[in-house]
Amino acid sequence: MQSVLGDKKAILILLGPALLVYTLVKLVPVFWSLGLTFYTGNPLSGFEFIGLDNFSRFAEDPQARSALWFTLKYALVLSAGQIVLGYALALLYVFVLRRASTFVRTVVFFPTVLPTVAVALLFNSLFATGQQDGPVNSGLEAAGLSAVDWFSTGTGTFVVAILMELWRSMGFYAVLLYAGLVDIPEETLESARLEGATGWRLVRHVVLPLSLPVLLSSVIFSVNNTLKVFDTLLALNNGGPGGETTPLTLYMYRTVFNYADYGYGSTIAFVLTVMCLLVTLAVFRSARRDITRA
Amino acid sequence: MSVAKTGRRGWAVRVTAATGAALLLAGCASDGGSGSGGSAPDKFSLLTPAENAIIRDELTTLSKNQCATAEEALPLSSETVAQSDVVQKITLLASQDALPVMFVAGTAQVKPNGDLGKGKLIADYEQTLKDLGVWDDILPAAASTVKSAYGSMASLPFQYNIEGIFYNKKLFADNGVQPPQTWDELVRAAEKFKAAGVVPITEAGSQGWPITRLIGMYIFRSLGPDAMLAIQKGEAKLTDPRYVAAAKAVADLGAAGLFGEGITSRTTDAANAQFLNGQAAMTYNGSWFLANLNDPQQNKVGAENVGFIPFPTVSGGQGNSGQWPANAGAATALATRSYTPKVGDWLKCVAENYGSSVLQNQGVISGFRTNQQVSNVPPLTSQLQEIVSKASETVLWFEALMDAKTTSDAQTNAALLLTGKMTADKYMATLQADLDQAR
Repeated sequence: MQSVLGDKKAILILLGPALLVYTLVKLVPVFWSLGLTFYTGNPLSGFEFIGLDNFSRFAEDPQARSALWFTLKYALVLSAGQIVLGYALALLYVFVLRRASTFVRTVVFFPTVLPTVAVALLFNSLFATGQQDGPVNSGLEAAGLSAVDWFSTGTGTFVVAILMELWRSMGFYAVLLYAGLVDIPEETLESARLEGATGWRLVRHVVLPLSLPVLLSSVIFSVNNTLKVFDTLLALNNGGPGGETTPLTLYMYRTVFNYADYGYGSTIAFVLTVMCLLVTLAVFRSARRDITRA
Repeated sequence: MSVAKTGRRGWAVRVTAATGAALLLAGCASDGGSGSGGSAPDKFSLLTPAENAIIRDELTTLSKNQCATAEEALPLSSETVAQSDVVQKITLLASQDALPVMFVAGTAQVKPNGDLGKGKLIADYEQTLKDLGVWDDILPAAASTVKSAYGSMASLPFQYNIEGIFYNKKLFADNGVQPPQTWDELVRAAEKFKAAGVVPITEAGSQGWPITRLIGMYIFRSLGPDAMLAIQKGEAKLTDPRYVAAAKAVADLGAAGLFGEGITSRTTDAANAQFLNGQAAMTYNGSWFLANLNDPQQNKVGAENVGFIPFPTVSGGQGNSGQWPANAGAATALATRSYTPKVGDWLKCVAENYGSSVLQNQGVISGFRTNQQVSNVPPLTSQLQEIVSKASETVLWFEALMDAKTTSDAQTNAALLLTGKMTADKYMATLQADLDQAR
């Protein structure tokens, strides 16, 4: 085995095909897109070199700024919700339900496997208003409150989108974090209990530090996914009303494919990539510091 | 593992990888299939929007009957594309020199300064049909609408739609309301219906365009039929007070709740159902709505209880209600490079037979002359058909002369305008900024 891995040719043969495919389908388009940020146009009209104009346009574009702000807000709120709810569920599985948790885990995980568009249509009907009120508005009216036209405002759509995504993804994060929690040795917990640490103190001083690595992976996973949100908001209310729930991804998609401006679209993609990179780096850095402290 | 073996395998891997890469690149370069390429097409390839089956259904019918000879020489091959993907798909196909013979395209693309028009990739139907001797089969009003929308005869009028207000005669009679002639009468009528618990005006608010149509029509009635042309030429701005007044008038309808509850999320089906079930008194819609109105399964109020009136006039306005808003459906262009005598045979057959065939089979009014006798036309359809044949002056729609981004912003922001989240001033300023950016 050692002789195989010591042989450069062997390494090339083993890695070569995968590397080639990766380069062709991943790296080439990425760098191509990076190059396009300096141009305007599309494959049909041709490309014109405009230097850094796309970047200055991005800085001045009110729609781009509102999309950027919305993306950040969405990622922050949703990630916090996903992690907190996921962690709470994982604690519930491990410490309260214990062996009986299998059924609950399956039920809570179930929405994760549903297609986003189907879930979005479901929530669209749940929160519908007008002649065919959805259950939510019917419930509000039954309780003596007035019905809310959720999708006519950005805030209403945002609330529905967050609720929907939490329902859909908390089971996934619960399972992910659960895997980290079951790894904590029972002896450690037992000795902590003997020392008198129970309830919140046990969680805060023993469970949390020991599950930090998996928690940090979840944070990176969650933030990166929520920054790249697309289908949820498109299917729920088409990024509307107006552009109030349009994230950067949707704005990029429209710029490239509906307005046929590949250059500016690539610029928006570039900004998004930088954001994801920065978030990942920031989380990694803080992770390293925490581990050394522990 | 011996070196010799590794080496040979290495070559095998390298050759496989290189072949794979070549195939990938070749795949990116051309679809090699139905495309026109530079050579004569072996099929009459047709690309139409998935949402609208009228053209492909009728051409399929023709291919089995009147156009059987053309079909035999050049078989029809129909494909579809989602309406929202049209611009993207045509951009890619055109850049790969793989355009179908006849295809739907974005409005902005087919204009003389659009991506397809600039590159001379699409034919001028006027010249083509004149050469074939069938130009007279296109109704002059339809030809003029196509030319003013697209800048040249870049599309065929497979549908010729006029738009106006459909109203429920029974609800009008029950509430003692006369069909409105002016905007003020429309607002008063709507308020009366609202008080009576009827949805006054229903529109598919989620789509955006039914709302912008109202803004556009108000502008045409108030400032005359050339009002949007002046915007395109830069002679006027959307932020001018009389343009803003139009957005304000429509926003006021929304603020007064005259579109009913949940207007901004109402889909086309929901809006149609409200009118067809007799829950709404009025709807601004196009002649394509006849297909639903003439279907007793859908139309619960009965076709005889539905009336049709033009968009009302605006007091002190320069436009009049004889200027009908018209459109000729989505732009359906012809690829210059795939034009051959066999394609010409198809076009000749379509020009001569499509008009009567589509009216007979689907009840659709087109911009083609009806050369054969058509029987059993429903009364509402013949009323609209008569308007089409007599219309001397038509106007376009609000976004007809705008680029793709301005169009999209006009439609998506309409919801904010109706709910008061965006003022009429801000709405028009946003669109004017888009127009300036596009220049």
